[in-house]
Amino acid sequence: MNLILEKRELAPQACLFVVKAPRIARKARPGQFIILRPDERGERIPLTIADSNPERGTITLVVQEVGKTTARLGRMQKGESILDLVGPLGQPSHLEKFGTVVCLGGGFGIAAIHPIAKALRELGNWVISIIGARKKELLIMEEEMRLASSRLLIATDDGSYGRPGFVTDAFKDLLEEGIQTDYCIAIGPVPMMRAVCKITEPLEIKTVVSLNPIMVDGTGMCGACRVTVGGKTRFACVDGPDFDGHQVNWDELVKRQGIYLEAEKLAMEMFLHPEGACHRRGEGDAH
Amino acid sequence: MPIDTKERLKIPRQKMPEQDPRARATNFEQVNYGFTLELAQLEASRCIQCKKPTCIPGCPVGIDIPGFIKLIEVGDFIGAARKLKEKNCLPAICGRVCPQEIQCETPCVLSKKGRSVAIGHLERFAADYEREQGEVLIPPRPKPSGKMVAVVGSGPAGLTAAGELAKMGHEVTIFEALHKPGGVLIYGIPEFRLPKAVLMAEVDYVRQLGAEIECNAVIGKRETVDELLASGYDAIFLGTGAGLPNFMGIPGENLNGVYSANEFLTRSNLMKAYLFPEYDTPIVRGKNVAVIGGGDTAMDAVRTAKRLGAKNAYIVYRRSREEMPARDEEIHHAEEEGIEFRLLTLPKRILGNDTGWVVGMECLQMKLGEPDESGRRRPIPIEDSEFVIEVDTVVVAIGTGANPLVPRTTPGLETNKWGNILVDEATGQTSRRGVFAGGDIVRGGATVILAMGDGQRAARAINEYLRS
Ligand SMILES: Cc1cc2nc3c(=O)[nH]c(=O)nc-3n(C[C@H](O)[C@H](O)[C@H](O)COP(=O)(O)OP(=O)(O)OC[C@H]3O[C@@H](n4cnc5c(N)ncnc54)[C@H](O)[C@@H]3O)c2cc1C
Ligand code: FES
Repeated sequence: MNLILEKRELAPQACLFVVKAPRIARKARPGQFIILRPDERGERIPLTIADSNPERGTITLVVQEVGKTTARLGRMQKGESILDLVGPLGQPSHLEKFGTVVCLGGGFGIAAIHPIAKALRELGNWVISIIGARKKELLIMEEEMRLASSRLLIATDDGSYGRPGFVTDAFKDLLEEGIQTDYCIAIGPVPMMRAVCKITEPLEIKTVVSLNPIMVDGTGMCGACRVTVGGKTRFACVDGPDFDGHQVNWDELVKRQGIYLEAEKLAMEMFLHPEGACHRRGEGDAH
Repeated sequence: MPIDTKERLKIPRQKMPEQDPRARATNFEQVNYGFTLELAQLEASRCIQCKKPTCIPGCPVGIDIPGFIKLIEVGDFIGAARKLKEKNCLPAICGRVCPQEIQCETPCVLSKKGRSVAIGHLERFAADYEREQGEVLIPPRPKPSGKMVAVVGSGPAGLTAAGELAKMGHEVTIFEALHKPGGVLIYGIPEFRLPKAVLMAEVDYVRQLGAEIECNAVIGKRETVDELLASGYDAIFLGTGAGLPNFMGIPGENLNGVYSANEFLTRSNLMKAYLFPEYDTPIVRGKNVAVIGGGDTAMDAVRTAKRLGAKNAYIVYRRSREEMPARDEEIHHAEEEGIEFRLLTLPKRILGNDTGWVVGMECLQMKLGEPDESGRRRPIPIEDSEFVIEVDTVVVAIGTGANPLVPRTTPGLETNKWGNILVDEATGQTSRRGVFAGGDIVRGGATVILAMGDGQRAARAINEYLRS
C-alpha cells in the first residue's frame, strides 16, 4: 500500500512523488487533497493531489520541505511506502465553462493549480496561467503548465527568469493589456493569494483561493482547520479547501498557521541534529 | 465458602486501589490499578445472586451479571471473562468507561441497602485477568454465510456490530476514516483512563472473530455507501459517531489557544502529542486552561491539560455540580487531582492579544431557575455579573453534532433536523434498504455501551435481513 513508484527532484528541497493508491486515484478530482502520515511517530499533514491516474492507480504529490514531516518525506525513496494515506478529501474545485480564466500559481502552489488549469482548459475555457517563484531554480512544472494552459506567463522575484517581480505584477500587466477576465483562481502562499484578491476585488472578478490551514483528521471531526469566510466559521477540510478569496479573513488565517511555529522549529532541529538537540528534549515536558 | 446472605450483606463495598492523586496529575499512566484477586473475590461475594436479577435489565447488552460474578467468587476468573464475552466483546473497555452508576448498579438491590455491588470493577477485573493470562479464547469460526457486510466506523458501535456479524458467519469489513481503529476510544478517551494496549487487545479480539479492519478509508469520499452496495456488500452498518465538534458561537473562538475537545484530545491521545517531541504532533501546553463543559469529554480534556503541565485547570460549567453529565468517578477523580470547578459560569467571549493568542475569558455568573424540558434546572444569567478568568488556553467541550459526510452522500438516507440518522429503534434499520445504523450517529453524543447495544441489535437484524 502507498508504495512510492517514482520520485523526482523538482527544485532544491522539493520532490514529486508518484504513489500507488488506486482507490484514491479513481475518485480524486482537481482541488482535492490527501492526508498522510509517514511513519508511526509522524504527524498527519495534508497535501494537494497534484495529479491522479486512475488507469495506473497512482496519484502525484509535490512535497516542499518546510518542516519535519515534509523533510522526512523528502528522504523517502522509490520503493518505500508511506505508512498512512487517506483521501481524496475536501470538495473538488468548481469547474465549468467561465470563458477566460486566470490561474495563478505561486511557488509550490503551482503543483496544486496544475490539475485545475488542465481541467478548465478541457472544459473549453481560455486559460491564462501565471506562475512564479523566488528564482529560476525554484520554478516547478513549467512544461506541464505550458501544456495545460492557453497562455503562460512567468515571473520570478529576482528576475532570473520571466518577468521580474511577483505573479501579481504579471497579472497587472495582463489586465493592462485589457484582457477581460471572467474567473480567477489563485493558489500559493497566503501573501500571494491575498495580493491577488486585492487586485481582483475592486474589479469584481470572482476569485477562488485554496486555503491551507493546519489540519488533523481532515474529515470535519476536530475543527483545527477552521477559517473565517464571510464572517462565518468554516472547516476547510470539508467545506473547502476552495473559498471565495474576497470573503476570507486572511489575518486570522496567518495567525492560526503560526500556532506551532516554536514546536515545529524544535522538531526540525531534532530531526536534522538528533544528538545536539537531545538536551532540549525534556524541556516543557510534563514528565 | 458458602456464606449466607446476612454475612454477604455485612461486607463493605471494596475500593479499587488508585494512583496517588498528586502523582497521577503529572503522568498519563492509569489512574485505577484494578482489583487484586482477593479484592475481586471479596467484592464478588457481596452479590446475593438474586433469583430475579434487577441489574441485568440495566445493562444495554444484557450481560448475565450474577452469573459472571458468581464465577469470580468461586475463583473461575477465566470462566467469568467468557461469560462476559457472550454478550459483550469489549468488557475490559466497558469495565473502565461505562457509567455503571446510572445503569446496572442503580437497580442492584444492595443499592437500597447501602452500596451496590461494584459490577463495573468486577467486569474490568475478569477481562483484564483473561487478557493478562493470555487465555483469550477465540470461538470457532462458524460456517460462512456467503454474505458480505460493510461496517462504517470502528467505534464501539461498529466494533460490536462487526464482531457479532462475524460470529454469525458473515464476511465483515470495517472501514475506518482514521489511521487507527477504536473511534472515541482511541482518539478521545485518554491513556490514563483507558490504556491503548487494553483497547488494542479488544480490537484484536474483534479481528480474531473474523472482522477485517481497513483504516484510512473515508466512506462518502473514497467510496460512497451506494458504491459499497454496488461492489458486492449485501448490507451496511453505519457507526460513524458524532464527530462534529460544536463551538459556542461566542467572539474569540478562533483565537490561537482555543481548541475543540476533539482536537485537543485527538492531538494528545491518537497523535501522542503529550510525548512531543518524541512524537511529531505538537500541542499547546497552557499554564492556565479553561475547559468549557461538564461531560466526560470535558473531564478528560481538563485532566489532560493538568497532566500537560497546567498550573490552573478549570472546568467552566453553566449549571451546578448536580447537573453535570460526566460519570461520578471522573468528577471525583478530577477534584482529587486539583481541577478547579467554576460552576454556574457562562463564557461570554474569549479575549485575545494582538498576536492572536488567548489571554482571558469573560464570563457571566448564573443562578438556577425553574426546571426545563430535560428536567434540569435552567441556568439564568445574573445581570452585570461579568468577570474575567485569566487563561491562555480554552477547550470547548460542549458536545458534538452528527458528522454529515455519509448522510450527505447517501441519497434517500433520512436524518432528523440535527443530522442524526433516523432508524427503527428495534432493528437499527434506516430509510435505505440494507442500510442500518447505530451509536452516536443515531443518538447524538451518548455512551459506549449504548453504542454497543445498538451494534448488537443491528447485527441481529442484519443477520435476519441477510438470511430472509
Ligand atoms: C472524550 C470522550 C470521553 C467519553 N467518555 C465516555 C465514558 O467514559 N463512558 C461512556 O460510556 N461514553 C463516553 N463517551 C461517549 C462515547 O465515547 C461515545 O458515545 C461512543 O464512542 C460512540 O460510539 P460510536 O461507535 O457510535 O462512535 P465513535 O466512537 O465516535 O466512532 C465512530 C468512528 O467512525 C469513524 N468514521 C466517521 N465517519 C466515517 C466515515 N465517513 N468513513 C469511515 N469512518 C468514519 C470515526 O473516525 C470513528 O472512528 C466519551 C466521549 C468522548 C468524546
Ligand atoms: S482537520 Fe479536523 S476538522 Fe478539518
